[in-house]
Amino acid sequence: MDMFKKNPSLPVFVAVLVIFTLAVTFMSEAYGAGGISTSFVKTLGKTLCLALVAIAMDLVWGYTGILSLGHFAFFGLGGYMIGMWLMYARTKLIVLDSFANAPLPPTASEISDAIGTQIFGVVGSSDFPLVWYFAHSFWAQIALVVLVPGILALVFGWLAFRSRVTGVYLSILTQAMTLALSLYLFQNDSGLRGNNGLSGLQNLPGADGVSQDYISIWFFWASALALLLTYLVAAFIVSGKFGSVIRGIRDDEARVRFLGYSVEGFKLFVFTLTAVIAAIGGALYYPQAGIINPAEIAPIASIYLAVWVAIGGRGRIYGAVIGAAFVSLVSTYFTGGQAPDVNLGFYTIKWVDWWLVLLGLSFVLVTLFAPKGIGGLFDLISGRMSPNRHGVPLGPDKGSLREEEAEK
Amino acid sequence: MSGAGTLLEVSGISVTFDGFRAINNLSFNIGHAELRAIIGPNGAGKTTFMDIVTGKTKPDEGKVLWGDMSRNLIGMNEAKIARAGIGRKFQRPTVFEDQSVFENLLMAVKNDRNPLKVLFFRPKFKDFAKVEELAAEIGLSDQLERRSGELSHGQKQWLEIGMLLAQDPKLLLVDEPAAGMTLGEREHTTDILKEAAKTRAVVVVEHDMDFVRRLDCKVTVLHEGSVLAEGSLDHVTKNQDVIDVYLGR
Repeated sequence: MDMFKKNPSLPVFVAVLVIFTLAVTFMSEAYGAGGISTSFVKTLGKTLCLALVAIAMDLVWGYTGILSLGHFAFFGLGGYMIGMWLMYARTKLIVLDSFANAPLPPTASEISDAIGTQIFGVVGSSDFPLVWYFAHSFWAQIALVVLVPGILALVFGWLAFRSRVTGVYLSILTQAMTLALSLYLFQNDSGLRGNNGLSGLQNLPGADGVSQDYISIWFFWASALALLLTYLVAAFIVSGKFGSVIRGIRDDEARVRFLGYSVEGFKLFVFTLTAVIAAIGGALYYPQAGIINPAEIAPIASIYLAVWVAIGGRGRIYGAVIGAAFVSLVSTYFTGGQAPDVNLGFYTIKWVDWWLVLLGLSFVLVTLFAPKGIGGLFDLISGRMSPNRHGVPLGPDKGSLREEEAEK
Repeated sequence: MSGAGTLLEVSGISVTFDGFRAINNLSFNIGHAELRAIIGPNGAGKTTFMDIVTGKTKPDEGKVLWGDMSRNLIGMNEAKIARAGIGRKFQRPTVFEDQSVFENLLMAVKNDRNPLKVLFFRPKFKDFAKVEELAAEIGLSDQLERRSGELSHGQKQWLEIGMLLAQDPKLLLVDEPAAGMTLGEREHTTDILKEAAKTRAVVVVEHDMDFVRRLDCKVTVLHEGSVLAEGSLDHVTKNQDVIDVYLGR
């Protein structure tokens, strides 16, 4: 099939992911020898979700050329949507439990008030805001995971692309959207518990008897499956003519227009689809993280996302996966206090403080010296190098010259 | 003279950029299967004229009527105009260098342009046949799998002409097709354009008089944004105004 021919990396990726998943399973505390701690299983599961959102970023930036600095906002929104159900359902169980010994069975409004007090007491409220209208329903919130970020991306993208906002202006616009969203969520009356965010998400309602050892590995499997499906969808999208068109848009938008393709329609499609993919990633990530708050949506997170994809290698799907996995795991290592301090005699380098400097420096170095990122290393093996064609622009006055004549 | 045989009728268009009148009350007609060369000194408005017809630039006034239905093209976007049947080749070869010759041509072959249709599109036998036929016509049959960025300058120009033909437009606007070509390549280009003009209208903007002579077609001379003279090349080169502003320099 075309998809496999265009992506020789696809079977390799699938094999690596399957082996990795099995290896982690057999070394987990729940199903194996216990070589990997539960918290590290969670870290790995979260890393898979980050790889997933990096694929979305690669589709929108690496393939279509839209440097969106807002895709982590969609990721976070997905997390909020699933978090609302998790928090509501679990609080409801606790409340029902506490009423169990009451002499009179509680009324529906008493239950609702008690849940409200439990959830919103921290922001000095007890009423359910309108945005929690569907929080009692698992399936409704699952639908909202896709719908809320999808519709936001659709409306935002329609307005931006229709006005032909491109390049750095579009990046600034997406950044502004992200900032506005996170500032809004920081407010206590946003209805999503302000800067406290939603917490306790690692506890699945009705699974009190199941230890986190098992829950963590279930989420790890779900994340691996989601990543696999995302990879397949992305490979399908970029392999055919659609892939040709979006890469064309990245390289020369005007030319694609003169071929009769509505550039805006294609951009909107990719932007919205990747927002939905990001949201699904977020819905799997935050139950493993256990907490989501507006700081997660802050613009810096979306910039990290772009850094991962740049370091991993833009315009190749496995590059995004490698970048996200590599950088986030290294980041965990350095910021987790595991990296030994470097004593220079006059100054001690503490990696917790210096990690960001290191990351920023490597981003600059990759951009300058290895624009293909880590993924570019694979080109050395497969011999896929681009020829050095400089292509001098020949203006009308030099129009009748050949390139070598004009260059003299 | 908007007769039944008119494909494109441009009437009374004017456009001003920061006070500079690039096009001044320009009128222009072309029939269904006609080859036409547009010549004129730098700044005569040749490229701006193409920009207006293809929807890139909006004129301040005037009409651009298209086809038998005489639809007004003003206000339509570039993609819509392209789908209506106007293809354009730029001065500099603009092919997608990162992609193979095959992918470039396949993208241009006339098919549904709707994003969802494109997503689930898989080339059928007729699409392969069409690409191969075009590749033969532009002399790139052996290069289909090569990345177009590796092609020579002249080959890129042909590839772009091939992409134009693949769109199957009713009108081709070609901006300096012979720029940067060797003599042999120019002759091949002339043949391709003349062949294309048998079934559709072709407008060629060119500086090079020898090339225009080889095209052997009606010539429109532009000067300061309006038509100075029109007729055979011999006719316009005898015109005193033309000699003064262009040829005599």
